[in-house]
Amino acid sequence: MARAVTTRHKIIATAAAWAVALVIFFPILYTLITSIKTEPEAIAGFNLIPSFTFENYVTVQTQRDYIKPFMNSVILSVGSTILALVIGIPSAWAMAFSPTKRTKDVLMWMLSTKMMPAVAVLVPIYLMFRDFGLLDTRIGLTIMLTLINLPIVIWMLYTYFREIPGEILEAARMDGAGLWQEIVYVLTPMAVPGIASTLLLNIILAWNESFWTIRLTTTSAAPLTAFIASFSSPQGLFWAKLSAASTMAIAPILIMGWFSQKQLVRGLTFGAVK
Amino acid sequence: MGSITLSRVSKSFGEAKVIPSIDLEIQDGEFVVFVGPSGCGKSTLLRLIAGLEDVSGGQILIDGKDVTQKAPAQRGLAMVFQSYALYPHMSVRNNIAFPLKMAKVDKSLIDKKVSDAAGILNLTDYLERRPSQLSGGQRQRVAIGRAIVREPSAFLFDEPLSNLDAALRGTMRLEISELHNQLKTTMIYVTHDQIEAMTMADKIVVLNRGNIEQVGSPLELYSRPRNLFVAGFIGSPRMNLIEGEFARSKGAKTVGIRPEHFALSHESGLWSGTVTVAEHLGSDTFLHVNVDGIGQINARCDGEFEARHGDRIYLTPNETKLHRFDEQGLAI
Repeated sequence: MARAVTTRHKIIATAAAWAVALVIFFPILYTLITSIKTEPEAIAGFNLIPSFTFENYVTVQTQRDYIKPFMNSVILSVGSTILALVIGIPSAWAMAFSPTKRTKDVLMWMLSTKMMPAVAVLVPIYLMFRDFGLLDTRIGLTIMLTLINLPIVIWMLYTYFREIPGEILEAARMDGAGLWQEIVYVLTPMAVPGIASTLLLNIILAWNESFWTIRLTTTSAAPLTAFIASFSSPQGLFWAKLSAASTMAIAPILIMGWFSQKQLVRGLTFGAVK
Repeated sequence: MGSITLSRVSKSFGEAKVIPSIDLEIQDGEFVVFVGPSGCGKSTLLRLIAGLEDVSGGQILIDGKDVTQKAPAQRGLAMVFQSYALYPHMSVRNNIAFPLKMAKVDKSLIDKKVSDAAGILNLTDYLERRPSQLSGGQRQRVAIGRAIVREPSAFLFDEPLSNLDAALRGTMRLEISELHNQLKTTMIYVTHDQIEAMTMADKIVVLNRGNIEQVGSPLELYSRPRNLFVAGFIGSPRMNLIEGEFARSKGAKTVGIRPEHFALSHESGLWSGTVTVAEHLGSDTFLHVNVDGIGQINARCDGEFEARHGDRIYLTPNETKLHRFDEQGLAI
C-alpha cells in the first residue's frame, strides 16, 4: 500500500524544509543584513533590523577598488575551468571508453590528492611559486586552481561519459564516422549537459577557493576572496564593511548558481538516478 | 555483392581464447544465422567481421578482398545492434541520414534515399520524431533503416529482437525475412533463439565455446545433427537423449529421439510410464513422462491427446527416426 500523504504531513514537511533552508542560508542572509548596518550597529551584537544604509558599499568601493579583484576572480575561475576542461575531457574520455586494468587506481589516486590537507603542501608550493616567479601572478593562480579542481572535473566527466552506451559509438563507427566526426556529431552532443554542469560547478569552486588565492597573492592577482580578507585588517575589524565586501564578492556567483541550479543538480546527481 | 570468407580466424581476450580457430564461407545473398548458447562466441565473431574487434589471428575476406586490417566503415557492412544504438539527439530522419552524411552524399540524394527507406519500413510518419518518442519496434526499424540506406554488401544483426516482446518479435521476424527477400543482400544474424534461427536462416552456424559444431540448412541440422551438442541444441522441446541398455541394443552410446517421434497409446507400446506434466495447447500436446527403466522423456503429439498427471501411458519410438551417437558424441 502506498503511504498516505495527509495535508498535515505536507505542512510539517514543508515547514521542516523551510527551517533547514533558513539555517543553511542564514549566514549569507546575516552577512547581507550586516552590510546595510552602520559600523556601531554591526558590532553591537545580534540584531536583525539594520538601518538600511548603503554607505558601506560606497566606502568599500572608494577605499579599495572592487573592479580589479572582481576581474581577477572572473579570469581565474573561467581560465582555470577552461584549462581543466581541456585537460579533463580527453582524460575522462580515454578512461571511460578504453579503460585499462589501472584506470580505477588512477581515478582513486587523483581523488586521494583531494583528501590531503592543503596546508601540508603550503611551504613547498610557496617556494616553487617564488622560485618560478609565479607569486601574485594570474598565470600562477590559474595553474594552481586548475590542478586543485582537475580531479573533480575528471571524475564528473568520467561518470558522465560512462553513461553513454558504447554501442552508439560503435554504430557511428560502422556508419562511417571517423574519430573526429564521432566526437563532433555523436559524443559531444550527447555529453553537452555533463560538460555544462562540470563547467558551472568548477567555476563556483574556483570562485570560492580561498586557501591558495589568499596565500599566493598580494595585490595584482588578488581575487575577491583576498579582497574580503583584506577588510579584517590592518586597522581593526570592520564588520559592516567586511559584510558589504563579502556580499559584493558572492553576489555574482550566487546569481549564476541560481540561474543554473537545474543544470547543477542534474550534473551532481547524474548516475545516481536515471 | 557480399560474399564473406573467414579463414582460421581466432580471437583471445588476454589469456582467454574466445575463438580458437574458425573457417567459414558465406555466399553472396545468403541469410546466415549464428546460433549458440550465451558465451559461445557468436557475438564476438560478428564483431570481428564488423571490425569492431581486432582478430588475434587469421583473415577476413569480403568479396575476395582482405579486410582484416580495415576499419569498420571501410568494410562496406552495416550493423543493427541489440540496443538499437540510435543517436538520441537526432530525429529519425537524421538518424537514417547519418551514414550518408558521413559518406558526403549529395543532399537531394540523401532525402530521396531516406524517404525510400522510410517507405519500406513504414516510418514515413515518424521522420521528425526523436528515438525516445518511438516504440521498441519502431526504434528497431529506424536502426534497420540506417543500415539499408548505405546499401551495404552485407547486414550484420546482433540479437536485434531480444529487447522486444514476444508478439512483436514474431512480426519483426517476418519483416526482416521479407526485407531479405526484397533486397537479396547477405545477412548475418546472431541469436540465441532457435526459433529465429530455424525460421529465418538459409544456413545456420551452430557455435559452442568458440567452435563451429555444424553448418547447414535448418532442416539438415534438425534431421541430421552431426553430434550430441547440435542434437540437444536444435529443436524445441529438446531431443530426448537416452543412454544405457536401450542405446547399446541399437549399437550406440547414446540414442536421440525427437519428442514428435513417438507413437502414444493408452493401451500398449514398447515403453510404459507415468505422466508427470501434460501441456495441452490445443494444436499440440506436450507430455513429460517418467518412463520405467529409461527416465524422463518429452513427447509431443499433434492435436489433443487425453492424459493428465499420474496417468499410465505407452510410448513406442519410431525406429526409422532414431539418431545414434558414438562414445565421442558424434553421429553414427
